[in-house]
Formats: sequence, structure tokens, C-alpha cells
Amino acid sequence: MRATCWMGKKDVQVLDVPEPKILNRRDAIVRVTATAICGSDLHLYNGLVKPMKKGDVLGHEFMGEVVELGPDVKNLRVGDRVVVPFTIACGACWQCRHDNWSLCENSNPNAALAEKAMGHATSGAFGYSHLTGGFAGGQAEFARVPFADVGPLKVNGGLTDEQVLFLSDILPTGYMGAEMCGIEPGDTVAVWGCGPVGVFAIMSAYLLGAGRVIGIDRFDYRLAMARDKGRAETIDYTKVDSVLDVLEDMTAGRGPDACIDAVGMEAHGEGFQYAYDKAKQTLKLETDRPIALREAILACRNGGTVSVIGVYAGFVDKLPMGTVMNRSLTIRSGQCHVHRYMRPLLSRIEKGEIDPTMVITHRLPLSEAPRGYDIFLKKEENCEKVVLIP
Amino acid sequence: MLHVSKSVTINRPREEVYGLWRDLKNLPLFMHHVRSVTPLGDGRSHWVARAPAGQEVEWDAEIIDERPGRRIAWRSLAESDVRHEGEVRFREAPGDRGTEVRVHIDYDPPAGKAGAAVAKLFGEEPEQQIRDDLRRLKQVLETGEVLLSDGSLEGAGQGASKQRPSRPYDEDEEELP
Repeated sequence: MRATCWMGKKDVQVLDVPEPKILNRRDAIVRVTATAICGSDLHLYNGLVKPMKKGDVLGHEFMGEVVELGPDVKNLRVGDRVVVPFTIACGACWQCRHDNWSLCENSNPNAALAEKAMGHATSGAFGYSHLTGGFAGGQAEFARVPFADVGPLKVNGGLTDEQVLFLSDILPTGYMGAEMCGIEPGDTVAVWGCGPVGVFAIMSAYLLGAGRVIGIDRFDYRLAMARDKGRAETIDYTKVDSVLDVLEDMTAGRGPDACIDAVGMEAHGEGFQYAYDKAKQTLKLETDRPIALREAILACRNGGTVSVIGVYAGFVDKLPMGTVMNRSLTIRSGQCHVHRYMRPLLSRIEKGEIDPTMVITHRLPLSEAPRGYDIFLKKEENCEKVVLIP
Repeated sequence: MLHVSKSVTINRPREEVYGLWRDLKNLPLFMHHVRSVTPLGDGRSHWVARAPAGQEVEWDAEIIDERPGRRIAWRSLAESDVRHEGEVRFREAPGDRGTEVRVHIDYDPPAGKAGAAVAKLFGEEPEQQIRDDLRRLKQVLETGEVLLSDGSLEGAGQGASKQRPSRPYDEDEEELP
């Protein structure tokens, strides 16, 4: 079959690889009908998430048709149409039973590696380095899905692939980012990053009762999407002296009630701070550039919440802990507990409350995945979201 | 004597966790290096384990103390090449979190060929191996079996250097481990 393989830094290739087989009794094999490139795939593309092996199959956002089932999967049938959550979860451990699916204790065969890197291990995930298990990803014609009796969500024929595909990651991730803010009616929420996850966070903040949502980015087309599709007010951080001053002014000195970091470890910025982090990251003195996170912490109103859904991999410098502690801020974070949100968000899609297709700017055949990665990284052709069709 | 100890919390009742362990034939389900354990009666058992270069090491062990549902202690018999003793304890975890399993092993690495085999058996990081075995025990009890990934076809516990690329396995490529 054809699959998108990581061959090195900034080198992905669509190659022939063996078709996946059932390895465990609770596996399914899915024929992928739609998949997507995620902003977090760019961290792999840029070589910042390790360890990767040459030949790893990428992709953690995918859906398709069940073509084969292990003997212990009783709730699915061959031919079912399913969306697959990007985190792999067993459904039986203490964390799964407490709805914290991305912390599943049994789905990461490389938990020992992850423990060394992070203190404790997280769940397995598709196509996202050997730290999350070394599972082949879904930017391919077929994918093996472990614990298929727990994760995949059956979808009826009335909805298109594009309407439900993003239930696999970015829609739940954006929604969780807003939910973690504990929004009260009328709250002002600021969102750093107007990529697909940021736009979904903006939309979700309104759904959860925010009075005002402010999107921050540097690309006109992304700011336009946040305004036009997300009803956000926007700030182009390259066109203002200080985002903090603008936010203070917009909120009459209070600061946003909640701030969402939908950027993560490869943040861009202006001036000395960006140069400092970029240099330290290049020299490997720091793994992640927390420019958006620092700003979110400084901007947030006293007693407010900073919600971190942008991906971080390792260590950051100069985190303003003093302001977190003295101003009673709450930091909430996590890889999305996708399983928790799939059904309720599917129901919102069915009712027409959410139209996830609005972020799609590119529809490419799987064979053009390398071009998809390239334009998405370079933000060429106004690239917001690339869907790949195997 | 070298001492190693590790623990894990398993979201299953104490009697069930103890029961799986006490039926010694089950141990290869989660002990990566152990090929078979054959009960010989009278608390004695015969063990066969993988060693380097496709070899095997074997020994006999006996249970020296047992409190049903709580503790099993064992030691290798005097004439064994792989001299060690150990215990496993089972305790209810607080707040309905299942069962805490704690393993302690003392072993005496002998000299010579057998010594090399034993060193390999326990590895450079014996604590890590026991931890990985316990993680597999948790998987067996909580999910039914040990989960495999494309990058680590042996399940939990391989180092990064032993990983395959995470792409589907091709039977023509190489032998399954």
C-alpha cells in the first residue's frame, strides 16, 4: 500500500509499505478514506519530536471503512464507517475510567522511553514518534487500529467525510482548549494561534458562552478566517507594538478572563525574545519556544485561566512563574482526551451547530502529501488545513 | 547480592491479581525473558529463560513463604546457576485504585558463562526490566493481552535502539522476534 513516511528532517515521501495486519485481538484494520496533516505533524517534520525512525508512517487524523476485525471486537462490523481518535486508549485502566483517555496506562508499548523523558508515560498515539508507542499512522491507504472496541466512532451515511474527519483530533482539541477555560457567560477569551485548532477553540469559546473572543496571529488569511468564520476580533502581532498593551486596552485594564495557547513549541514572535528562544532551541539548550505561552500568562487577568493545547515536547526557558503564582493563575493543559468529546461534538455537527469543513483550504491526493507538508509549513497558498485522499 | 525492586498499580481486585501470578504457568505471559515455568509440586517449579545468542538458561525454584492473596516469596534451589530470591506483595491501593504489586529480587551474579547469561538476563537495567514485566502484567489483567505496536513488536520495554520503524511489518523483511 502507499503510505506517507518520515524519511528525515523536512523529508516525507509517499512509499510502498506492507499492508497492516491484525496484531492484537482487539485490533481493526481500516481502509482510510480521508486523512489530514496536523500542525503537530509539522513538529515531526521539523525534527523536534523524537525519537523518530526513518520510514515511520505518519498521520494521526484519519477515518475510513472497517475491512478486518480482531476476534475480540464485538461492537464493530466489517463495512462500518468510523472516525478514529488520534490517542489510543484501552478503556479499562484507572485513567480511561476517569475519562482521561490521552493518559491511558496500557496503550503505549514504549512507556519506558516516555517515563524517562517525562517522568510518567502518556498514552499511545498514531504516527507520532516512538515516544507515543511507535504505531504506524493513518496518512496511508490502510491503518491498524488497536483497542478498536473502544476508540473508533461509527458515523452514519448522512454526513460527509470532511464533516466528521476532524473529530479525530483538531475539533475536540480546540473544544477542550475552550472547555478548560471554565468560561462564564460574557467572559473575554484570547486565543494565540489562528490555525485550525485555534479557530475551533474560538468557535468553541463562543459555544460555551464567551462574550468576546480575540484571535492573535501574523498571517492575514488566518486572521481573516478567525474573523469571518469564527466571529473573533483579531490582533496581528506583527503590526502592533505590544500584544499585551492591545489586550489591556481591549479589556479596559483587566486582561482576558482566559487565554488559550494554540501555538506550542514552535512559536514565532518579534524582537529579542524570539531571537533568544530560536538561538537556544537551535543550540539545544531549550527544546521548545514558549513565546505564545509567556504572553498568554502575562496577559491573563488576575485569577484567570491559561489553557495550553499547543504541543510542547520538552523544556522551556524563562517561564514567568512569579506571575502565575502571585496573580492566582490556573494553568490547564493536556493532549486532548478525544474519546471524551467525539460523541457530543458529532451531535453538534449533526445539529448544524458546528461546520468543521470551514478550515479546509486544500484537498490533495495522498500522493501529494509531500507538497502538503511543504506548503503547510511555509504557509503558502493561504494553507490552513490539508485533507489527503488515499 | 544485588537488590532490585519495582512496583505497579493494577486496576483489578487483589485476589485476581494474586491468582494470575500464583498460577506460575502464567508468568511467561508477562515476564519477557521467561519461556516457561513448570510447577513440580510441593511449591517447587522449573524455569526456562531466554539467554543471549539463542541459548537458554534453566533453574529450579521453590516457594519459601506464601500468604494467599498477599505475598509469595521464592528462592532458587542451591544447585542453580541463577541464584536469586525474591518476593511479590499484593496490597489494596487506596481510593478504589485496584491493587499495588511490589516485587523485590536479590540475585547473585555468578562468574563464567552462566554469569554472562544471567547478567544479560537481568540486563544493564534490571529495574527497568522488572518494571516492564509489571507493565505487561498490568496490560494482561486490565486489557486481556500485551499490546504490540509496529515499532516494537515484542511489546513494552524495548529500548529505542531495538525499535523498528513504525510501519506495518513485512514477513519477508526479517524474522519476528
